[in-house]
Amino acid sequence: MADKKGSIYVGVDVGASRTKAVVLDSEKRLIGHSVRKSGTDFSQTAELCLESALEMAMGSRDSVAYTVSTGYGRRNVSFSNVTRTEIGCHARGAYHYYPMAMTIIDIGGQDNKIIKLDNDGRRINFKMNRKCAAGTGAFLEEMSARLDIPLEDMDSLARESTEMVELGSFCTVFSGTEVLEKIRQGKKVPDIVKGLFFSVIKRVLEMEALSNNVVMTGGVVAHNPYLVQMVSDITGLKILTPEYPQLTGAVGAALFAMDA
Amino acid sequence: MSEEKKSGRKQFAAGNTLKKIMADHFYELDEAQKTGSRKIAWCTSVGPAELLRGMDFLVYFPENHGAMLGSTRMATELIPFANALGYSPDICSYLTSDIGSYLQKKTPLTTAYKIESVPKPDVLVYNTNQCRDVKDWFSWYANEFNVPIMGVHTHRDVGDIKKYQISDIAKQIEELVPGLEAVSGKRLDMDRLKEAVEYSRRTSELWRTCLESASAIPSPWNFFDASIHMGPAVVSRGTKEAVDYYELLLAELKDRVKNGVASVDGERHRIYWDGMPIWGKLRALSEQFTSLNACIVASTYCNSWIFDQLDPKDPFESMGRAYLELFIVRDEDFKEKYMKDCLDLYKFNGIIFHDAKTCPNNSNNRYSLPERFSRHFDIPQLTINGDLNDLRCYSEEQAKTNIEAFIEQLDERV
Repeated sequence: MADKKGSIYVGVDVGASRTKAVVLDSEKRLIGHSVRKSGTDFSQTAELCLESALEMAMGSRDSVAYTVSTGYGRRNVSFSNVTRTEIGCHARGAYHYYPMAMTIIDIGGQDNKIIKLDNDGRRINFKMNRKCAAGTGAFLEEMSARLDIPLEDMDSLARESTEMVELGSFCTVFSGTEVLEKIRQGKKVPDIVKGLFFSVIKRVLEMEALSNNVVMTGGVVAHNPYLVQMVSDITGLKILTPEYPQLTGAVGAALFAMDA
Repeated sequence: MSEEKKSGRKQFAAGNTLKKIMADHFYELDEAQKTGSRKIAWCTSVGPAELLRGMDFLVYFPENHGAMLGSTRMATELIPFANALGYSPDICSYLTSDIGSYLQKKTPLTTAYKIESVPKPDVLVYNTNQCRDVKDWFSWYANEFNVPIMGVHTHRDVGDIKKYQISDIAKQIEELVPGLEAVSGKRLDMDRLKEAVEYSRRTSELWRTCLESASAIPSPWNFFDASIHMGPAVVSRGTKEAVDYYELLLAELKDRVKNGVASVDGERHRIYWDGMPIWGKLRALSEQFTSLNACIVASTYCNSWIFDQLDPKDPFESMGRAYLELFIVRDEDFKEKYMKDCLDLYKFNGIIFHDAKTCPNNSNNRYSLPERFSRHFDIPQLTINGDLNDLRCYSEEQAKTNIEAFIEQLDERV
């Protein structure tokens, strides 16, 4: 009964690119969720996300027992009771779906995280990418604009590749120049797009050694599942992904809300 | 809101004396420059200051000015002027901000002390024990002012210290004497040299004791306090003023320990900081750690001004040893053991490595030390990317999130 007072728990993840809100019932079931562009007014976006997620859950503000916000704009969520970092929330969310020792790879709009957990779900260590956005969703967004390809088409294009083009640069801007060079050389667009995916994966894999159980999360994974397959092919590891990879941080936040 | 509340730091009564020592240091140099009353030597911060004092030079430390450029956040706007001369944004941002400051005729000394410019040198003396950049830095000024430059070239990646290495450094220091005598017009006064070495030794002992007071739980002070209060250990090393100052500060620290006064109320976590301070963000970081009930109890940086081996009975040999023993010139095995000794003493439960973009020699995360240390001693570690002076290399929001997440991680282990 999601409309019962104090019966549901909300997690809001205000990322640099997208804002995610989830609603969990007292049995930790995902009963509502919403994703929007974060835009320039994080507070307003979080409000709209909450409204949508509550509507899906058939709940109301009164039925929310507790709210935890996370992500880049976590402090802009006016209705949040407490904030947690996105590192902690992704760890909590991933462990909820896969309760075991693992390495989490989260590829977000503006940053990447590698988080290692022990068997009890406690963090062993974590790393975020340096301030450079290479290897993040921002890199793919920039490249989709350069290639004049809709972002949502990149996954299917990469799958069509027969001869991947390798890109060497660390830098998003220089990679753009490399891409232009490849176009000039007559390389096929699907091969270039797969090369871009490979570039993202390389940036992530060089951050930290992976353990046996790998879980991938984040919006980039959600919209480009071919990336997951590529990581599996490159590493020889089976890669796990939650049903909604993009919501992992928000789910973790809602689980923290249940602790309160 | 009080200054204390805003900065997240509990102020020390000794702070007034600290301010006076620093002000007098610059006023004395300014007066000497204007009147020609004393010769001025520029010296690297871990250079042979005792020798210079023994030869009656007033000693000016450009690195101290570099830190002031960083803490006043003037550095970031001044660095590009040195970059334009060919000094890369990737090299020491003390160097680039200081040269930028000279080129633009802007110095924090003007706001702080109404002093128009840094004092002009009669001679520049370096020791490469910190890095090669100090020599390049001083060379630029030697050319600009057309004054002599001389220095000591220290071994690097030193494991167990060998006698020949000490003798080499001692000999190099001794060989500076004729050149310095030519500049000063005076002979080396061995009694004054011995006196300066003795004051430095005593300053080192007191500074060490002050730092080690942070082994108390809760700690009476933290890295941010120490980064400020180490001023006299740098600019007044080899003088009685420095000794007097640290006696004063130590008494206050002992008093805090005795009365259980915590630097960070509700101290929950004790952290070790490796690497340079991020000078322009000391206050913001201090506030963040305080709000997270985390106290940075020890640091490689503040420990770098401890020179236990100085001995007035044998000034040159002991200076050779003291300036060679520094953490920064040692090999990875030494560094790991050194930090383990710090772990035993300070009982910290986390380490933060600051990877300073322009200071590779003070960024000890780059050869897997964090991973090795964490693995051997089960201490969580975090690396944050930044810089001592160039805030273009620092992503504040990302650093803050990393620190907050790190403290969450430590909370999970409590």
